[in-house]
Amino acid sequence: MALSRDEITEKVREALVDALGVDEGEVVATARIGADLGAESIDYLDIVFRLEKAFNIKIPRGDLFPDNVLTSEEFVQNGKLTDRGLAELKARMPYADLAQFEKNPNVQDIADLFTVEMIVRYVEGKLGGAGA
Amino acid sequence: MRWIWIDKFVEFERGRRAVSVKNVTLAEEHLHDHVPGYPLHPPALMIEGMAQTGGVLVGEAFDFQEKVVLAKVTRAVFHRHVRPGDQIRLEAVVQGEVRSEGAGIEGRITCNGLLVAEIEMMFAHLDQSRVPLDLDEENFVFTEDFIRMLRMRNLGQLPPPEPGGA
Repeated sequence: MALSRDEITEKVREALVDALGVDEGEVVATARIGADLGAESIDYLDIVFRLEKAFNIKIPRGDLFPDNVLTSEEFVQNGKLTDRGLAELKARMPYADLAQFEKNPNVQDIADLFTVEMIVRYVEGKLGGAGA
Repeated sequence: MRWIWIDKFVEFERGRRAVSVKNVTLAEEHLHDHVPGYPLHPPALMIEGMAQTGGVLVGEAFDFQEKVVLAKVTRAVFHRHVRPGDQIRLEAVVQGEVRSEGAGIEGRITCNGLLVAEIEMMFAHLDQSRVPLDLDEENFVFTEDFIRMLRMRNLGQLPPPEPGGA
């Protein structure tokens, strides 16, 4: 049976609480995984493992948290994403809300795109748009 | 002194699960110092023993080619004391699978069938880090000596170390 968005959100929240040791109340839709919930690099892998288990899905490396978009000069110049870089990011993260980021696409702000809401949307997509 | 807190492996399923045991004895000096007058095997060393059990399990999955390091202890809950004369059994089970970036394990420590501790931890492959590190080629985690010692300690699945290799 397809999961509702609320059910997906609840399971995502549980995964983040267990992986990051945060309180449930902190895991709101707009919370950023790094800046607000304190995730460090290894935590992203932990989150991926927990989501795979919770939803019985496979999450290939870089699928949820792209880690190699920023290594090419074609995509990044002077600390900002080029148009091609933005296009690449959109293609890699169709589940992320880039509206604000696009206005001033500083590379260092990319981590702020990783929010609770983004993960919920990603999982929805993986489950075939359930609850959308 | 060698920093090894497991005595041998008793079960090993490549990339999935490993079980080691450790015999606790009053001959170990730290037992006298941890809580003077009440010798205990310190929980911190049980975490280290689980890290070694899980670390070898994760490392062996990629033929010890990766530099496997303990990246975080997600959870560690201790239920009872471990005393001199006890043998503890450390079971590490890989969460999902060992991936190119690393792996997570769920660990349980028991003594005479009773639950001593539940420990979850994450291992990272250093060369696959999101932030590239400037490291030597040589694998300083799984050295030739370490792998030879593992073979002596009953990890039958391990191939002999390559001459001069890691």
